[in-house]
Amino acid sequence: MQPAVEFRGISKHFGAVKANTDVSFSIAKGAIHGLVGENGAGKSTLMSILYGYYKADGGEILLDGQPRQIRTSQEAIRLGIGMVHQHFMLVENMTVLDNVMLGTEGGFRLAAHRQETEKKLREICARYRLDVDPLATIHDLSVGAQQRVEILKQIYRSANILILDEPTAVLTAQETESLFEILRLFKEQGKTIILITHKLQEIKDITDTVTVMRAGRVVGAVQTADTSKEELANMMVGRPIENNLPRGAYNPGKPVLEVRDLQLKDSSGVPLLEDIGFTLRAGEIVAIAGVSGNGQSELMEILSGMRLPTGGEADFEGKPLPFKRHDADGLPLEFRHLGIAHVPEDRLRDGVVKNFSVMQNTVLGYQDHLKGAFGLFDFKHIAARCESLLKEFDVRPPNPDLRIGLLSGGNQQKVVIAREVLAKPKLMLVGQPTRGVDIGTIEAIHTQLLALRDAGVAILLVSVELEEVRALADRILVMCGGRITGELKIEEFDTTRIGLLMGGMHKS
Amino acid sequence: MTTNDMPRWATSIVLPLLNLLSALLVAALVIYLLGEDPVESMQILINSAIVNPEGLSYTLFYASTFVFTGLAVSIAMQAGLFNIGAEGQMYIGGLGLTWAMIAFDASLPWFVLIPVGMVGAALFGALWAFIPGYLQAKRGSHIVVTTIMFNFIAAQLMNFIIVKYLIPQGEQNTASRVFSDAAALPPLNAWFPALGDTPLNISFFLAIIALVIYGVFVSRSSWGYKLRATGMNKHAAHYAGVKISAMIIATMLISGALAGLGAVNSIMGSTHYLSLNFTAGAGFVGIAIALMGRQHPVGIFLSAVLFGALIQGGFDLSLEKPNIPVETFIFIQGLIILFCGAMEYLYAPALIKLIKGKKA
Repeated sequence: MQPAVEFRGISKHFGAVKANTDVSFSIAKGAIHGLVGENGAGKSTLMSILYGYYKADGGEILLDGQPRQIRTSQEAIRLGIGMVHQHFMLVENMTVLDNVMLGTEGGFRLAAHRQETEKKLREICARYRLDVDPLATIHDLSVGAQQRVEILKQIYRSANILILDEPTAVLTAQETESLFEILRLFKEQGKTIILITHKLQEIKDITDTVTVMRAGRVVGAVQTADTSKEELANMMVGRPIENNLPRGAYNPGKPVLEVRDLQLKDSSGVPLLEDIGFTLRAGEIVAIAGVSGNGQSELMEILSGMRLPTGGEADFEGKPLPFKRHDADGLPLEFRHLGIAHVPEDRLRDGVVKNFSVMQNTVLGYQDHLKGAFGLFDFKHIAARCESLLKEFDVRPPNPDLRIGLLSGGNQQKVVIAREVLAKPKLMLVGQPTRGVDIGTIEAIHTQLLALRDAGVAILLVSVELEEVRALADRILVMCGGRITGELKIEEFDTTRIGLLMGGMHKS
Repeated sequence: MTTNDMPRWATSIVLPLLNLLSALLVAALVIYLLGEDPVESMQILINSAIVNPEGLSYTLFYASTFVFTGLAVSIAMQAGLFNIGAEGQMYIGGLGLTWAMIAFDASLPWFVLIPVGMVGAALFGALWAFIPGYLQAKRGSHIVVTTIMFNFIAAQLMNFIIVKYLIPQGEQNTASRVFSDAAALPPLNAWFPALGDTPLNISFFLAIIALVIYGVFVSRSSWGYKLRATGMNKHAAHYAGVKISAMIIATMLISGALAGLGAVNSIMGSTHYLSLNFTAGAGFVGIAIALMGRQHPVGIFLSAVLFGALIQGGFDLSLEKPNIPVETFIFIQGLIILFCGAMEYLYAPALIKLIKGKKA
């Protein structure tokens, strides 16, 4: 049988960067094919070429054995290719039905077409057990349901080849399982699925075949059954990966942070955080697990001084944090002076100034510590400080004058973490430290955080990756809907139980 | 490569020069269409603005004012605030200056009177900028909208004040009385007789001092760091502990004070009285200077001299060439803003190709 998709010698470069070099592999019809690789390995570029966003510099794409020129995404859609992006392409304040119809309105009169489409959608939902109400408004739907709308949209446009870009990044374990159910049904109907992911467990769980990319090239194309997670990881990185990083014995010291009854309501009175209370001790890592958007970000913002709570209190080293003020202007600096460092979740928004150089970014937040007479900087000192920091944390390239926006996500993150570690904090707030960071760098960042813990720093970690929680945490708090729904010790780590807590189900 | 990653010499020298050249080419074309010889006209312009010492003196006199308005717009731009209101702030600064002169010019010696006049100008300019700054910081009213409105308010307010209170009894001219000699800034022709009877005065040196202070504080101080962080990424600035609303208000106060100081050269250096619309668009020229000079002290200086030369040269050109009206300067100014501001990166793609071609 002809393969559904075949790449033959695809090459694509952006300036000096070779995003794809001579990429060749094929995907069988009716298969679930995994595409794995680190960030910047060229997966997204390849899929963008398939979906008509980019034009390849060389090589060709065959669909069902026919060479095809895919110049625009409209052509891709016509050829039966559908893509579910990591960030959903939905109009929030329109209904599911309207979102699906958008772009395929078909004629001047909307009403007749609407009814017809609605009927068709209900059919599709029943056939694929999608469980979406066509008349619901998007912003009322959960993230998982929004993703099902994206899939619904692709089926409605009669996609035979479905590309999913990191589809599980925003889902709970249960939602992931139900997504996989849908994908299996899809496969039964003879459709082909390309799954881009960096979660190797998912590759093992659902794919038939898998292609591994590294630095723009295909480094492995295997049957999933014949390989292991370890083998895939080694192929991705190009060297063996240490799974269990060394850590000292769990020996927590004095309480550093005691949070009591913390509340946060937004301007319209909707509660974002309710009754948050926990204690964090020196020399331990407490991880907050949860699907993103369940209050973790807000909690970190409050504890770092970027936002004021609407109720409750928190003691840092026995003294209450100064929450009773008019606004949070300047508060992050006060917290930093107390010894609270913060690696923000949204690195590009909060953590760095993209157009500043690497060196200027190592000053961010510590500009008042580093000033001398007349408020002027001692650039010799700052340069020396930056140089040692780049060396110690192996930032590549180690060029202090480079605009930080030109560094890879992983190296930007190293700069941020280095900057915060250098301040010798007593409490370190770490939000999603490895989001958008490749495996090799994840290892380096985890090693740093564990060393910090062993040195007696209290670390509060927010992560949506259970793998990361398992690798770092001493204790785990699970958050859902702005509340802490459960607490586990690391010995009690259990994906199913955490997944249920993440979904708001209290332990029975 | 994107425009962000081009080498510095390319973005800060080659591109502005190409843009400037393009503006002048279009200007030459228009001069040709007006029926005059563009080459000869340019010669007259350059000769009377730069080569002739008296002309150069006038050029630098205008530039001294423009440095202050250019700095006013630049410092606000560093914080991400587009202060369109330098014109109004300079105008009101002139009122502060005049108030101080009328009160003290009979009683204080020149070396006290001049600083007092400067303080009056800076203070009034700052206060006029404070209101839009406060509204932006605390109420989120957009600074562009409020500063434009404040230009109009300033113009009408000054109309009223000059006509109602400042015109001396029996005079027809819409201006205040002439200040005493103690209020005159020492002119430079006392030391350089070649400058002839021109108004260039010590405010040229004041402008250079202001440029140096600006350069040092913006790029080398903790405060300047916070200022630029606020301008480039408010979230990151907040994360870094910058008090954003205080920073916005402080920046607008400084910006307004600088614009107000622009009035010192115009009034105490030349006319010695406050007249209706004495600013003559210097505040708006400040916007062009900030854009073209890329908020860099050297760039601001060079742009200020360029615009000074255009006014001086353009004026002489209109005298010699009857077909070329005085407004030609405003037209060329508009072209320069168009090319250096709105179409800043017109030649960037071609230049990037050229640079890459050489490297490959």
